[in-house]
Amino acid sequence: MSISRTNIWRALACAVLLLVVGASLSANWLAPAGYAKQYREAADASPSRQHWLGTDEIGRDRFARVLYGTRISLLLAPAAALLSTLMAALVGGLAGYLGGGWARCAMAVTDLFLSLPWLFLLITVRAVMPLNVSPMVSVLVTFLMLGLLGWTSAARVLCSTAGSLRDSDFVRQAKASGIPRTRLFWIHVLPNLKPVLYAQFWISIPAFILSEANLGILGLGVAEPMPSWGSLLKELEGLVSVGEEPWKFVPLILLVVVVTSFQLVLSKQDEVAA
Amino acid sequence: MLGRKIARHGLAIVATVLLGGLLSAALMRLAPGFDADEAELDPHLNAASIQALRQARLEQHNIFRFYFHSLQRAAHGDLGTSNSLRQPVSLLLRERAPLTLRLVGIGLLLSWAVAMALALSAAWLRVSAYDALTTVISGTFLCIPAAVLALLSVLWNVPGALAIGLIVFPRVYRFARNLLGKAYSLPHIITARAKGLSELRILFWHVVPVAGPQLLAVAGVSVSIAVGAAIPVEALCGLAGVGQLAWQAALARDLPLLTNLTILVTLVTLLANSGADVIGHILRGHEA
Repeated sequence: MSISRTNIWRALACAVLLLVVGASLSANWLAPAGYAKQYREAADASPSRQHWLGTDEIGRDRFARVLYGTRISLLLAPAAALLSTLMAALVGGLAGYLGGGWARCAMAVTDLFLSLPWLFLLITVRAVMPLNVSPMVSVLVTFLMLGLLGWTSAARVLCSTAGSLRDSDFVRQAKASGIPRTRLFWIHVLPNLKPVLYAQFWISIPAFILSEANLGILGLGVAEPMPSWGSLLKELEGLVSVGEEPWKFVPLILLVVVVTSFQLVLSKQDEVAA
Repeated sequence: MLGRKIARHGLAIVATVLLGGLLSAALMRLAPGFDADEAELDPHLNAASIQALRQARLEQHNIFRFYFHSLQRAAHGDLGTSNSLRQPVSLLLRERAPLTLRLVGIGLLLSWAVAMALALSAAWLRVSAYDALTTVISGTFLCIPAAVLALLSVLWNVPGALAIGLIVFPRVYRFARNLLGKAYSLPHIITARAKGLSELRILFWHVVPVAGPQLLAVAGVSVSIAVGAAIPVEALCGLAGVGQLAWQAALARDLPLLTNLTILVTLVTLLANSGADVIGHILRGHEA
């Protein structure tokens, strides 16, 4: 059996993702210290045997912060994606299944959300919430917000898919057999939306990772001292030239590699959904 | 038919903008700390003045009344005063909108020029290595957060408009490449090629009419992407435009300013999308 080149890339992407997730989950053992521990005598140090990626301006080990930050971004982005996919399934799936006024109403709400640029919507909603919260609360607020606001485009896709399922022969037959509408939705319609749901879930993860990074750089994401890719990338703000401290680009390279890997895995999900 | 379509779009825009404004006003009203006013901490104020300040805020407790009064004021050109910058919102918008318009306009032109050049060349050449190269280039830009591209533009002393262009280009390229790829694989275009028609003739006579309306829809969406990209670019490049204003308003929790900006941005994106839809409709009408 021949293995196509695309499958090799996908396998490689999966391996990279597993490696990065594994490393971030092993941060307690791999990192030389906690993400907030300060080495005040070695502030803003270059990479060394003790600090593989050097230290930041207040002496925290950058390698440790990258590992812990990756853990936060990589665990919470899928959690937010799961939340948004569930919301999309509930709103879009139900609206499409019920049709008529319900569908129009749901689509009007999604249109309203989609009429605002994503980043603008995020900063507006983030501004409504207090900014001076504890780091843990800021992590939860950031990813909860992504999950609660990111369902709209997926809901649109699911609404149209559920709408076409509503008119399908097997659903008509089930209706004619007297199956209650709720049971029909949970047992027959929702399982048929699974491929689309999987695809939407995978699409949302890299989108949420990038959104968190954008919010973090703008100072509206995860609060210090908690690390995330956004807060780690904020360090690039102080750079004078690219060649000066290239190790500061490690979080960016890692982010690009992870998002690319998700995109490669995603194309597989698209095929499944199709 | 066209008149009805424009009227329908107009109604949808008005309804969405009004609903968006109401939602942001509701968010503002429900936000923690809404009732608190720093002015009350001023030691120069006596009890009566503080009471007057509280009385003035009572009007804002009912969301609908508050929103209705805001709309009434807006109809007379009074968009309120920014809490953080202590300046009329209309003045702030007047001062900053031209820069954002210029940045977004140039950024869109650049992104479309690069995206279409790459997409057209990939569709023309049909060389898998070249296709892979253009996909990798656009994919790499797609995987870099917009704010990082803005930071890199500062680092390399690149104009903000180019940063916006680089943020928008991979999204446009993706759609354009797929649309052109599909159009070039249509049977009548393959026949035209076999008959020896020049590539330019094929492009303008056979491909553009097929992919044009959908590309117009992408153009509408790209305006929204560019407006979104203006926020990190202006904020991090120190450009005093509407995007930077939105960021400052978010950091300062300046909710009156954010409400107005929400309405403005919603209006711009809806107009762009509806404009693209109406033009597409006109073009399709001409073809028919």
